[in-house]
Amino acid sequence: MEFFKRIKSFISSNPKLFPLISIIIGLVSGGIVLLLAGYNPFQAYGVILWGIFGKVSYLSYTIVKATPLILTGLSITFAFRTGLFNIGSEGQFIMGTIVAAIFGSMFSMPIYLHIPFILIMTIAITGLFGAVIGFLKARFGVHEVITSIMMNWIALYLRNYFVRVSWLAKPNSEQTKFIFDSAVITFFDKFKMSNEGIEWLRHHPFCKELLRAPTNAGILIAIVAVIVVFLILNKTTLGYRLKAVGFNPDAAKYGGINVNKSFVTSMFIAGSLSGLAGALQVMAVSHNISILSVMEGYGFDGIAVALIGGSTALGNLWAGIFFGALKYGGTKLQPMMGAPFEIINIMIGVIVFFVAMPKVIPYLISLFDKKGEKNAK
Amino acid sequence: MERNSVAIEMRNATKIFGSFVANDKINLKVMKGEIHAILGENGAGKSTLMNMLYGLYSLTSGSILVEGVEKKFKSPSDAIACGIGMVHQHFMLIKPFTITQNIILGSEVTKRYGILDYHKAKEKIVELSQKYRLNIDPDAKINQISVGMQQRVEILKALYRDANTLILDEPTAVLTPQEITELGKIMKSLTAEGKSIIFISHKLKEIKELADKCTVVRKGKVIDTIDVANASIQEMATMMVGRPVILNVDKGEKPQEEIPLLEIKNLCVRNEKNLLAVDHLNLTAYKGEILGLAGIDGNGQTEFVQALTGLMPTESGQILINNEDITGCSPKEVNVHGIGHIPSDRQKHGLVLEYSVQDNTILQSYNSGLYSKKCILQKNVIKDHAKKLIESFDIRPTDENKAARDLSGGNQQKVILAREIDSSPDLLIACQPTRGLDVGAIEYIQKSLIEHKKAGKTILLVSLELDEVMNLSDRIAVIHSGKIVGIVDGDKCDRNQIGLMMSGGC
Repeated sequence: MEFFKRIKSFISSNPKLFPLISIIIGLVSGGIVLLLAGYNPFQAYGVILWGIFGKVSYLSYTIVKATPLILTGLSITFAFRTGLFNIGSEGQFIMGTIVAAIFGSMFSMPIYLHIPFILIMTIAITGLFGAVIGFLKARFGVHEVITSIMMNWIALYLRNYFVRVSWLAKPNSEQTKFIFDSAVITFFDKFKMSNEGIEWLRHHPFCKELLRAPTNAGILIAIVAVIVVFLILNKTTLGYRLKAVGFNPDAAKYGGINVNKSFVTSMFIAGSLSGLAGALQVMAVSHNISILSVMEGYGFDGIAVALIGGSTALGNLWAGIFFGALKYGGTKLQPMMGAPFEIINIMIGVIVFFVAMPKVIPYLISLFDKKGEKNAK
Repeated sequence: MERNSVAIEMRNATKIFGSFVANDKINLKVMKGEIHAILGENGAGKSTLMNMLYGLYSLTSGSILVEGVEKKFKSPSDAIACGIGMVHQHFMLIKPFTITQNIILGSEVTKRYGILDYHKAKEKIVELSQKYRLNIDPDAKINQISVGMQQRVEILKALYRDANTLILDEPTAVLTPQEITELGKIMKSLTAEGKSIIFISHKLKEIKELADKCTVVRKGKVIDTIDVANASIQEMATMMVGRPVILNVDKGEKPQEEIPLLEIKNLCVRNEKNLLAVDHLNLTAYKGEILGLAGIDGNGQTEFVQALTGLMPTESGQILINNEDITGCSPKEVNVHGIGHIPSDRQKHGLVLEYSVQDNTILQSYNSGLYSKKCILQKNVIKDHAKKLIESFDIRPTDENKAARDLSGGNQQKVILAREIDSSPDLLIACQPTRGLDVGAIEYIQKSLIEHKKAGKTILLVSLELDEVMNLSDRIAVIHSGKIVGIVDGDKCDRNQIGLMMSGGC
């Protein structure tokens, strides 16, 4: 009892632990759902864990899945710190895929020029695409949620348009041409498909496993982005300015900060982060783009990642990896034990639900206390 | 009606929020026909006490007796049913409605089929108005009548519901000196009819003038209940604060020469409703003086200050400082021209509450060469500077990493004061610098302002507290309807004369 009490007071006095507790509650809720559906939850979690850590290739896949989520989460976090809710992350992601598909397939360059070139073009174009949302808010007072949802559809149909234009489309298909090798960031993409590659990998099973997934350099870029965002938010005058606007726009204005300009700046950076996620996805995984009938959800998942990550740069890195792991490990549920993959989404939903309501956990703890008192009597 | 019977009694009334004891075993006895003041500093527990009496809070322990019978209030409607009425500091009136409509709201008289019987309601209102000399026109709309009149409507609203005990929460805060005198007369005529009045205030002078009894509350406890006639203001102040208080501040010498620092010529500013809130305003502030700006709330002070500090656009006119035109400058440029600003709402404008004290000290100067190099914040320089300010302005707790939110109101204000005075502005615009603070903090802030003046700087003191303006200012400008209606000497001014000017009657 004493031990239990000590845990409670430790939790109550450390609000930073709340996301962690939310995750535990989410996992337990997922277990209950599994139980209700007639599956053994321990077996299911075993399957998920095995699906994440069981093989080197699974770990590779987890990282590949996590990369875009880290970046879109970072994008939402960044805008959020300036008091903006960037639902437009999805659209900015799509814009990033378009930019990479166009500049990757139109011409070839030396690899050390081509990749930076695409990345810079992505930052510029998707940044501007995001900045439009900030500009509309600053200039006309339109709420960013409204405009960013509209921009999501603009991006989606723009992509479907580009897939069909003659200079980009692959003949007789619903796809664009593949990007040049010089724009590909997948590790040993050509080598692992060649004859000598297959032969070499046969003698090096670890590398074979590692490269089974589209293992790529995207995670490195995502980590760099995390560090850059961390530095901007915590060390620079820009971060000071943007956070002041996010916390209290009235005080920021009083202090001589240009609030409207801050909205535009923040949305530019947020847009470019989501755009990078999209571009990296094309350069690393798909190598071209195809017709989209629905949105893929990288941007929307980013909202959940940002929430779990506590709206900090480093928190996003862990939350993105966690999310990617669940998403990938969860796919093993279906083939291994016939349990539906949707369980994962339920779990994520519950986690976000609790993270989004930080007052629920202290409330639950207080309920526990009252119950304890009653029992004692 | 019997005079010596008890109207309301609270026995050992206790209210605990979490682990904080807001009211600790309060005993209060209000007689019929008595004006009973509750005196205490902000945060002493006056409001909690009254909210319990009005049924807004339930008692943790203790009891309330109305005319000797114990009552339990679950909501204000229970309290109203027992004859308790409350006039809040901020009036609860619907502006486009007439006085009659406002008064009957919630207890409408109806004819058959639920049709409102205005005629009957109006008769009762007129009758009450005549009985207590309230002088109310039942058909006037709220947005056409003065604040003093609105307060009378609130009083009448309670009387209409047959209140025998009226709680007035800081009733004089929004009134001119003349209106306060009028309110005094109304209160006397109410008590003459056997009604009791509980009068919440932290203004000693008014309690001395108006109240019969006074219960002093400090830190949630009753210190004593005294007969006001037998106590001096100094004694009451000492009881309220718990130590001797200096009531009169030494404001120092007036400047020798009248050298203009700030000149405002024909300034016009439109407010958010596009009305002319500042109307061809002319004002000059001299070097080394404290210029007070007195006025009733809502006469253009807010818009005037916001235009001056670049937070609001000006319609026409000119603002000059040191002969430089700063009309239409951004807040940043205004700051660079040597103007500091203590905003009236410290939590909304003055501070980023989530930021640490340290980060709040650089709100205007975060990108000056001093605190940042090549866009990188110089955390060590900022930290040392914040530590220096914390020490010299006695900010508590002495932790520069503490979030501003976790500081008390007085210490939050000290952070703002420290930041503004530290940049040594030629002109410091101080708006309501002591609002809602305890006596210790008020003393400190007033002293700091006078020191700033003694250093040869100018202060424009904008305050709704006439006492504060009169205590500190070398000259007092009175604003009414967006115009300066007169400027008087701070040493030779008459309270009533200023009061008349504030209400536009001169």
